[in-house]
Amino acid sequence: MEFDLSEDQRLFGESLSGFLQDRQPLEALRRMAEPGSGFDAGLWDGLTELGLHGLLVPEQFGGAGLGVLDAAAAAEALGGTAAVVPFAASTVMATLALLRLGSPAQQAAYLPGIAAGEIRIGVGFAGRTGQTGPAEARLDGTRLSGRISGALDAGAPTHLLVCLPDGRAVLTGAAEAGVSVSSHRTIDRTRPVADLVFDGAAAEILGSSNRGPAALASVLDAGRVVLAADTVGAAQTMLDRAVAYAKERAQFGRVIGSFQGVKHACADMATMLEPCRAMVWYAAHAQDSIPAEARLWACQVKAHVGDVGREVARISTEVHGGMGFTDLLGLHYWFKRIAFNRQALGGPERCRHDAAVEQGWIVA
Amino acid sequence: MDLRLSEKHSALQADLQAFITRYAAEAPKAGGGRKRPDARTLDWQKRLVEHGYAARTVPRAYGGFGAELDVVELAVIADAFVQAGVHPGLSNQGISMLVPTLLEVGTEAQRQEWIGPTIRGDVIWCQGYSEPGAGSDLAAAQTRAELKDGHFIVNGQKIWTSSAHYADMMFLLCRSEPDRPKHQGLSYLILSMKTPGIEVLPLRTMTGRAEFNETFFTDVKVPAENIVMGRGQGWHVANITLKHERLMLGDSNRLTQRLHKLTEMLQRLEVGGEKLIAIPSLRDRLLQLQGEVFAWRAHGLRLLTDQSRGVDSGLRRLITKYGATMLCFRLSSLAVDALGTAGLPYEVESETVEGDEATTWHVDHFYDIGLIIGGGSSNIQKNIIGERGLDLPREPKMIGVAAGRN
Repeated sequence: MEFDLSEDQRLFGESLSGFLQDRQPLEALRRMAEPGSGFDAGLWDGLTELGLHGLLVPEQFGGAGLGVLDAAAAAEALGGTAAVVPFAASTVMATLALLRLGSPAQQAAYLPGIAAGEIRIGVGFAGRTGQTGPAEARLDGTRLSGRISGALDAGAPTHLLVCLPDGRAVLTGAAEAGVSVSSHRTIDRTRPVADLVFDGAAAEILGSSNRGPAALASVLDAGRVVLAADTVGAAQTMLDRAVAYAKERAQFGRVIGSFQGVKHACADMATMLEPCRAMVWYAAHAQDSIPAEARLWACQVKAHVGDVGREVARISTEVHGGMGFTDLLGLHYWFKRIAFNRQALGGPERCRHDAAVEQGWIVA
Repeated sequence: MDLRLSEKHSALQADLQAFITRYAAEAPKAGGGRKRPDARTLDWQKRLVEHGYAARTVPRAYGGFGAELDVVELAVIADAFVQAGVHPGLSNQGISMLVPTLLEVGTEAQRQEWIGPTIRGDVIWCQGYSEPGAGSDLAAAQTRAELKDGHFIVNGQKIWTSSAHYADMMFLLCRSEPDRPKHQGLSYLILSMKTPGIEVLPLRTMTGRAEFNETFFTDVKVPAENIVMGRGQGWHVANITLKHERLMLGDSNRLTQRLHKLTEMLQRLEVGGEKLIAIPSLRDRLLQLQGEVFAWRAHGLRLLTDQSRGVDSGLRRLITKYGATMLCFRLSSLAVDALGTAGLPYEVESETVEGDEATTWHVDHFYDIGLIIGGGSSNIQKNIIGERGLDLPREPKMIGVAAGRN
């Protein structure tokens, strides 16, 4: 029995963090985030060299062949630095969709490109995640039509993956005729959402077997776990910064961290947040190795970490006082990162609804 | 990450299954603390010690099983009894707090004399720590111990001494060096509760029961050799004991068991022909609590791994008492809300038997408040988390308040 990240997983997370802190100091973050596409070519290429994009791609296709726990460890580093890079949907969900639903030919066609950083797949799962806005897609033969709102990682995509109401997944090129992608800058300038409009666009169904819906649900589960991991990383940064600020800022002749009002606020953040890290690990490990618990833990981790993230983001900003509310410190990038993660792929209420269905407490 | 049990641990699990199947009929009813263990419980405890399912790591020389410390083994054992609903053996302040303390800092003679009878349940201990004027500020304890002719003469008052009314022995924190600074003036003594001059009065709490006592000392003579470590080192010893208490109060198994009990109740009880779990507001609260319990369960696995590696968990350990006791209260809060008016009739049958389901939940709900306060209150825990866990500066000392005096 060993409940911890492996040495390799920890080292990968650390080297990723180190790279991002180096390449994305606050001024660079501001510059990369401003366009709001969630994509920066220079950063992307650097991360290709680090092997981030091929984390889940099997070795035969040029990747590292690792699992969701490895992806969660990476996501914690990305959230911790508010990295301007498509990951949860583009790298994790799309890769898993190809692995779990795709035909061998489709895997051979797309996976090497994902690992090499040449293919980026925006993901539109509206309709499965309880979000508002249009979610209608239909396939006539090989022609895709309809509208999907709230697609993730679609700020600079080469391809798009959308799910149909019957639970099948469809892949199309982002530059195909009949495809229109309107990407929106969001509250979180490090990642956009996009509205997808299809008008008879050429598209292919992933695989052909009818295990589609269950496999697709497992892809959504993995995405939720990875977003929760991102929030844990972002919230840890907010806690660390609050503690550092409380040790340095003086008022009434004392550093404010010596006041119980501030100290207890920091203790509350730590008490809430620290168990979330273990929870993310367990949930991610369940995606890889404990299928019977995978769905329930994915729903619960997304919901609970979403709630804890919001609290930590608020309290950390409060500890910073007026400065926390300004743009000067840039703390708001993490606040908004957490706020984005909370809603994406279903907020706490939707995830708990799914958890209730999973346990037979209500009928879907 | 590997949550599978090793061969050794799987074998232990199989042994436990066989043991439970063979002997479960002899076990006393699970639960039923707060009284002297009866003959059946004592027999059961001895059987557990013989098989190494209690006092497993206590050396054989002191009557234990003498196994090397392997925290995963301890977790496997605890889990087997929980799953089977079979009494896991005695858990009291002597076993969980005094024995580890003597093993860490006791003299050979003290270990020989006290550890064996304590782990077998023949000797019951109570804890003499808090005083009316020394609660959160435990180091301000004023109960005096004056050394005269080979005896400490103890005078003063302790409070919150649970089980003092049936305990054989007490471990006592007292002021033996009144002229030294507060934390350096304390000693840790062990004494018989039958010593003349000790008076125990029951302390009734909001549960309606007397789970605690007040204990008064008038010229109580304690042999000088009954000190653990030296004069003035009591604060150090007391902290060893408290470390074990806080881990006990933060155990995530309790949370999981309580969540199961709560879920089962919401699935069983109905209002107006509708199961309680079908009521959205109750179900949603249950789901929120389930998420929190999951987080603490995973955290517990992480602490277990830390322990098995001999790593100091630091902040991860410091948050458990505060986090788990607060969550416990919120679990019992949902239970009493779900029971509603039907849960309000409250008759505690006796000091040791709760009675009906609603009363049991309300007793838990009240007692949870006690757990939030006891063993270092939530506000003290937050200071500890902030200062020792996050390295935030201490509150500046007030000028003009003498050390060790109120």
